[in-house]
Amino acid sequence: MTKQSAISVRGLRKRYRSVTAVDGLDLEIEFGEVFAMLGPNGAGKTTTVEILEGFRPRDAGDVSVLGADPQRAGRDWRRQIGIVLQDAADAGELTVAEMVGHFARYYPAARDPGEVIAMVGLTDHAGRRVRVLSGGQRRRLDVAIGVVGRPRLLFLDEPTTGFDPQARRQFWDLIKSLAGDGTTILLTTHYLDEAEALADHVAVVAAGRVVAEGPTASLAGRSAAVSTVAWLDGAEHREVETDNPAQVIAELTARFGGSVPGLSVSRPSLEDVYLNLFGSMS
Amino acid sequence: MMTAIHRPAGTIALGLARGGVELKTFFRQREAVVFTFSLPVVLLVILGTLFSGEVAGTGITVGTLFTAGMIAAGIASTSFVNLGISIATDRDDGTLKRLRGAPMPAASYFVGKVVLVLVASLAEAAIVVGIGWLLFDLALPAEPGLWMTFAWVFLLGVTACSLLGIAASSLARSARSAPAVMNLPYLVLMFVSGIYFIPLSSLPQWLIHIGSLFPFKWMAQGFRSVFLPDALTVQEVAGAWEHGRVALVLAAWCIGGLVLCLTTFRWRSRRDS
Repeated sequence: MTKQSAISVRGLRKRYRSVTAVDGLDLEIEFGEVFAMLGPNGAGKTTTVEILEGFRPRDAGDVSVLGADPQRAGRDWRRQIGIVLQDAADAGELTVAEMVGHFARYYPAARDPGEVIAMVGLTDHAGRRVRVLSGGQRRRLDVAIGVVGRPRLLFLDEPTTGFDPQARRQFWDLIKSLAGDGTTILLTTHYLDEAEALADHVAVVAAGRVVAEGPTASLAGRSAAVSTVAWLDGAEHREVETDNPAQVIAELTARFGGSVPGLSVSRPSLEDVYLNLFGSMS
Repeated sequence: MMTAIHRPAGTIALGLARGGVELKTFFRQREAVVFTFSLPVVLLVILGTLFSGEVAGTGITVGTLFTAGMIAAGIASTSFVNLGISIATDRDDGTLKRLRGAPMPAASYFVGKVVLVLVASLAEAAIVVGIGWLLFDLALPAEPGLWMTFAWVFLLGVTACSLLGIAASSLARSARSAPAVMNLPYLVLMFVSGIYFIPLSSLPQWLIHIGSLFPFKWMAQGFRSVFLPDALTVQEVAGAWEHGRVALVLAAWCIGGLVLCLTTFRWRSRRDS
């Protein structure tokens, strides 16, 4: 276990009666990193996060979050982590300002509630009851509560499920600004583009374990993976797979004596990598 | 960004802050407030009017006798029923989960509930006594000693009923089912505790025994001793106010209720665990 890691997980296991939710999962998350756990519903992401948050006991494995075991950690540890719940529907009768102000009281070095509300873009709604907020506004309030205590580590469990595209973009900008401040963020999502847009590191989780893991840009050897160069030879579609597309294009250019008709170069997207992983598993 | 560094607030200070949040949440839910406060009041007005006539040889109307016991029904509503529903709701809607994720001492949550129950119960007692005074000739006691009795019956009664409500909240599977889970035992116990139906001694023995197991009967008896002349002890099952036993049973429920809460309290809803 490295001392510098914000989160270190070895061989985590959790069963619910007959269902194995987490089955030997390993994770290593460094400080200052935005780490995405990506996987389909039921892969064990939420169970894992809830164990890391100290909400659930585990059956087996070593877990260290900010240097402590979440199962035994106390209030001092809680002061350093922020949690954005997946499906909170509480405090409907309170206003946004009352809710953020109240939670600020639990932390010794809380951010100014007004500034946090501004940061999540709810200043215009600060005086409104929580129950009249839209889904996207509600999640942004959850983020405000999650970060008001100035956490070193923030948990975001499927934060944008059910968002419209515009709300998702705004939410991403918010998360990027938090990451820019140096907050370590563990994000779970089943949206590939979300992981790609936000995360430095991605772990693909399936059936309770990590099946692929790496920097987002090179997950599963994606940056080294073969590219497909396609062009038109007369009316005929031609393509070759190569790990040196520049060479192929240079040869084609020489052959066509200038521009190559219908030239395209494509690399596998994170989605292709992801679908390949799950395709090869089933 | 501004940083206000201060010592982390203590359990009581955070509990009082929770109390403020609890009161805001409760009093802003208009339907719940109206229901909590008006059920005992409506029943008081209807039943108090139906019970006409005088308790033989005492000069006290049956309506007055009834009103004194209804203070206990009001407090049971604001403590037992209301607390049971509010905790089941907190468990269901994510309030408890969010609080567990914050550096809040668990005790602060309960201090907040105590603030809510005390304020709501005092308001309810004042409303029932006020209506009794206006409509049913309920006389306010002049002796300080009787107000002392009122104070300890109130405090022990609210505590016992609240702890029982917290324990019962775990029986509700969801916020939606909580009102039914809490109100059914409440209504049944009001009938067998000498509150909705008087005098208790006219009930079958086995029902009296059931009612006597719970704190409501003893709380009602305690309040009757405050607001009614001693001649009315003829209406009691034991023929006396039994202050010692009232205190003993309520105190026993405070301790037993606390044990029950500590052993049955769940931070998560059943669907979530």
